[in-house]
Amino acid sequence: MAGEDASAGEARVAVEAVFREERGLLLASLVRRFGDLDLAEEVTSEAVEAALRHWPVEGVPARPGAWLLTTARRRAVDRLRRDQAYAARLAVLRADAERAEPAPAADAGSASGAGLGELPDDRLQLFFTCTHPALAAEDRAALTLRCLAGLTTPEVARAFLVPTATMAQRIVRAKKKIREARIPFRVPGPDELPERLPGVLQVVYSVFTEGYAASSGPRLQRLDLAEEAVRLARILHRLLPAEREAAGLLALLLLVHARRDARTGPEGEPVLLEEQDRGRWDRPMIEEGRDLVVQALTGGPAGPYGVQAAIAALHDEAADVESTDWAQIVALYDVLLALTPSPVVAVNRAVAVAMRDGPGAGLALLDALAGEPRLRGYPPYAVARGDLLTRLGREGEAAAAYREALEAAGTEPERAALRRRLGE
Amino acid sequence: MKYMLLIHSGAVDEQGGAPECTVEDWMAYDKAVRDAGIHVSGESLADLVTATTVRVSRTGERTVTDGPFAETRELLGGFLVIDVPDLDAALDWAARCPGSRDGGAVVVRPVADFGA
Repeated sequence: MAGEDASAGEARVAVEAVFREERGLLLASLVRRFGDLDLAEEVTSEAVEAALRHWPVEGVPARPGAWLLTTARRRAVDRLRRDQAYAARLAVLRADAERAEPAPAADAGSASGAGLGELPDDRLQLFFTCTHPALAAEDRAALTLRCLAGLTTPEVARAFLVPTATMAQRIVRAKKKIREARIPFRVPGPDELPERLPGVLQVVYSVFTEGYAASSGPRLQRLDLAEEAVRLARILHRLLPAEREAAGLLALLLLVHARRDARTGPEGEPVLLEEQDRGRWDRPMIEEGRDLVVQALTGGPAGPYGVQAAIAALHDEAADVESTDWAQIVALYDVLLALTPSPVVAVNRAVAVAMRDGPGAGLALLDALAGEPRLRGYPPYAVARGDLLTRLGREGEAAAAYREALEAAGTEPERAALRRRLGE
Repeated sequence: MKYMLLIHSGAVDEQGGAPECTVEDWMAYDKAVRDAGIHVSGESLADLVTATTVRVSRTGERTVTDGPFAETRELLGGFLVIDVPDLDAALDWAARCPGSRDGGAVVVRPVADFGA
């Protein structure tokens, strides 16, 4: 930790690092205490401003996160005292808190060692609030990025490729619903968790998939977004260590994210799995993911994230495409298809079957899906057909499939790669 | 916090029953709401054919028409106001309401509080 002579620049760096890391924790703690997301956000910002003024002069405190929390809390209490409406509201909140005192979270000891240290971790409550099914689906991911990942509104807007003003409006509307419809800040009980947890995991997964394969825009991958999703998945897994699907989701994200450097070529073009330089895959991340897959698949029936993680692990472990355990991958896709029947899973399974039994077998499965409305305008389906047709020497039909994919492709690198294939 | 449950049931027969739930289901639900001490008010509405719509134009002209006519199978069949701590509790009660089953739906809306 920097000494008393910390320069303004160093202090700013320290504040930014602490803020980024601890914002969600800080915010959750304040929301739990004051029951108001807007108030919590405002005093969090004020505490950061205060840190930027004080730390260069007084030095960075030993526990910067705790300093920020204490400062923010004082500001909140001051405001409540000043503001009659808030004061009345606080009285109501206290009465509510007494009525339904939540399970003790204070002694969980799950808070990360650094930063806020021994303070209770209230982020799980905030996760469930931000992803509440009463909120519009598109707003859940935005709120989660804003409140838990600590992105600013312009950053969240960029993540969803919408104008900042539009995103600001959406966030205001969502927060208004939380406040006025009184969506509670609470972790669902064990009986509700099976119903609510998939929604939370889905939000983190959707943030990741948008980062992993951008649906539109100039770039194929948006690593910042994928990294935020990995960070959120880590927090969720730490807060819910016994939930195997939380472990499965983190495992899946790590095992896929481990390939990020090999997934694009020098010009940002997509590189297919079989053509990737496996030496550029992130080995420590793969190791970590593999350990988590084991956790996700033991002690009960596997969930969809655990199964997908197991498939990703098989790819990551193989030295090359030929030595990949395609039989095992097909078997896992069968399990996945039973858990979550979807045409997209069926496409992936067909590709794995083609690797196991040859392109003809895979193509037959793909063609059987031709009537699926959800696969119309889904480029991976057309690309998979094109690839199998090429391998069967049916060039004309392959070109037609690639042209179909080209029309539906959302990013320029995807389009460029398809044009190249068509040119060949 | 008060919430209004707007009960949009499927088609209702003469006795107020619907194919997916019986009058006994409604009575049991009503009793549960009252026993829980959360009941504020509530009514079940008479058949839709008895509904009449009134509109007043900008010039103050009054128009009375028969209806509304149901555009869909779901129509407002009744309402209930309950007083519970938060939205999750209100949603739980809505889910228990016989009107939410099968074709029906219950819309949950907080009652605006204009008090101090």
